[in-house]
Parts: sequence; structure tokens; C-alpha cells
Amino acid sequence: MKMFKYIVVGFFFGFGMWKLEAISAFRIMEMFHFQSFHMYGIIISGVLTSMIITQLFRKGKIKTIKGIQHQFNDKDRTWPRYIIGGIIFGMGWALTGVCTGMMFVLLGAGYTVFVVFMGSAMLGTFVYGLTRKWLPH
Amino acid sequence: MYEKLLALQEFISQPWPWWMGAVVIGSTVFILLFFDKEFGLSANLRIMCAADGAGDYADFFDFDWSKQGWNLMIALGALFGGYIAANYFGGDFQAHVSPATVETLNQIAGKDILEYGNVPIVPGTDVIHPSVPEFWDIYSWRSLFTLRGFIIIVVGGFLVGFGARYAGGCTSGHAISGLADLQLPSFVAVLGFFIGGLIMTWFILPYILRIGF
Repeated sequence: MKMFKYIVVGFFFGFGMWKLEAISAFRIMEMFHFQSFHMYGIIISGVLTSMIITQLFRKGKIKTIKGIQHQFNDKDRTWPRYIIGGIIFGMGWALTGVCTGMMFVLLGAGYTVFVVFMGSAMLGTFVYGLTRKWLPH
Repeated sequence: MYEKLLALQEFISQPWPWWMGAVVIGSTVFILLFFDKEFGLSANLRIMCAADGAGDYADFFDFDWSKQGWNLMIALGALFGGYIAANYFGGDFQAHVSPATVETLNQIAGKDILEYGNVPIVPGTDVIHPSVPEFWDIYSWRSLFTLRGFIIIVVGGFLVGFGARYAGGCTSGHAISGLADLQLPSFVAVLGFFIGGLIMTWFILPYILRIGF
């Protein structure tokens, strides 16, 4: 039961992403060709709303359910990993037209071939885990 | 009563305007923070690796993944969300892309396959578009066994999984949670996402799409 709320959150997120067409490779292509505001609208409005919410949590104006302040961790300020990793992720995102969250949504929608995509993404994560000590971070 | 429910179903089934992104993303972030959690879906790939015993091969996967079960539940919920949205609220099953995008897609295909106002929601068959032209039938098992489909699904998946962990997050962890927390590293990562996406979309993808299928 403790876990049920997270299924509900994921449900609305996945449902919304489908209806917003953020799961569409055609929408992703449109975005990278700068041919519509739609995807940018989703990201910008989503991030701005989240920013207000997050800052209220950070300042302690909103407390968590336990009545305490949520502890945020600052991300390490070493740049190569964000640039190189980011570019690699972006290339995969544009190649398939799907990012991590959308892969679950499409799988649920009945595009069963995405189990292969998911397996491949797990392999990619696994290979990163094996090779990370030699990669520049 | 039943008619009212049908009307509601029809109302929800319409394509949603972009500003609904504020509602969907904002409420997800709010609820998770309220329960002392941060939104980031690619962590699930690491959790699934760890759950499959990858900890024996690399320390990176040697952590107490059972505490991360909540994140897997979000992924499971997203899966249900996709199922219900596609099967009961699919609407016209279209990606309502701009005329310019339809033109670009037809240019890539080399012929006028798609028409404005009738673009399937994803490059694959669905109930409304049971016979998508072969060129745009990518998300299918038949396509997986072609060189083109293999590159798009298998190589694409690998890049997403490898890149997301290397960068320390994906579109949810960096572009949403990280930017919302005003983290400069996340901004750099999102910049990377866009550089990679632009390179792929403009210089590589058109050629991959034209490979034999």
C-alpha cells in the first residue's frame, strides 16, 4: 500500500506524456527541427512550475509529509561527464525518439518491441558501470 | 450517467495543449518531493541492473536497490498510464505535428507518404493506422530484424542507457528535477542532450532512416 501512491504518480505522468504527444518520435523530430513550440512549451512550462515548487521546498516553505525539510544534494561540479554523457544520451534520444520514461509508456501502450529497447538500455547502463573508472568525469 | 462518462472520455481523449505540461510535470514533482523523493526515471535502469545481480561485476551496481523500489513503481505506473491512454483515451492516434514537419518527414522518405492531419502518433502501426507505410513502420518486431530497425531500437537504447548514466540523469532527472533545482551541472547536461539531439537529427538520422528496411 505504501508503494501504491507511486504507481498512481507514474500512471498520471505516463498518461499525460502520451496525451501531450511527448512519446512521439515525430514530435521529437519536430522539436529538433525547431518547427513547433509544442515540445518546448511542455518542457518550459513544466520546468518553470517545478522550479517554483522546488524552491519552496528548498526554502522550507513547504515541508514533506514527515514535517521535515527535504534535503537536496548539489550535483558534482565536474564537467566532462555532463557534456559527453549528455551528448551520447541526446543522440540516443533523437535516434529512437524515445527517452527513458517514454520507453515504459510505449511498452504499456502495446509497442512490445520496446522490451528490446529496454534490455539494450540496461546493457548500456551496465557497460557504463563496468567502464566508468576509465571514463573522464 | 453513462453518457456523461462517455463525454468525459471524449473530452480527455482530445490532444492536450502544451501548457498541460505544467500540470503533469509540476504535479509529479510536487507529489514526489512531498514524499521526500526526487523525480528521475533513468535511475531505474541502474536499479534493474543491480536487481539482476550486476553488483557482482561492478561496484557501481553494488548498492541497496531494495530501498529504490518506489522508483520502479513509478515506472510501472507509467506503463499502466501508457496502456490506459492508448487503449481508452487514444483519440485520433495522431501526432499533431506542423505542416513544416510533415514536409521534412516526406523529404527524408523521398516521397509524400504522410499528409498533414494524418500522422500516426509514433512510427509504428496502431489501431487507427493499422497499415503504416513500411518506411515509417519502425516500432515493430518485423522492423527489429532489419538493419535500420536494429540500429534505431538496439543502438538507440544502448546510447540512452549509457549516456543517461554517464551524464548522471536523463530528461526527467536533469531537464526537470535538476533545472528546477537550479543546478548548473544539469543545465550543462541538458545543453549536451540538445547538442547530441541536433547532431543526430540533422546529420545522421536521415541517412539511417533510408537504410534498407
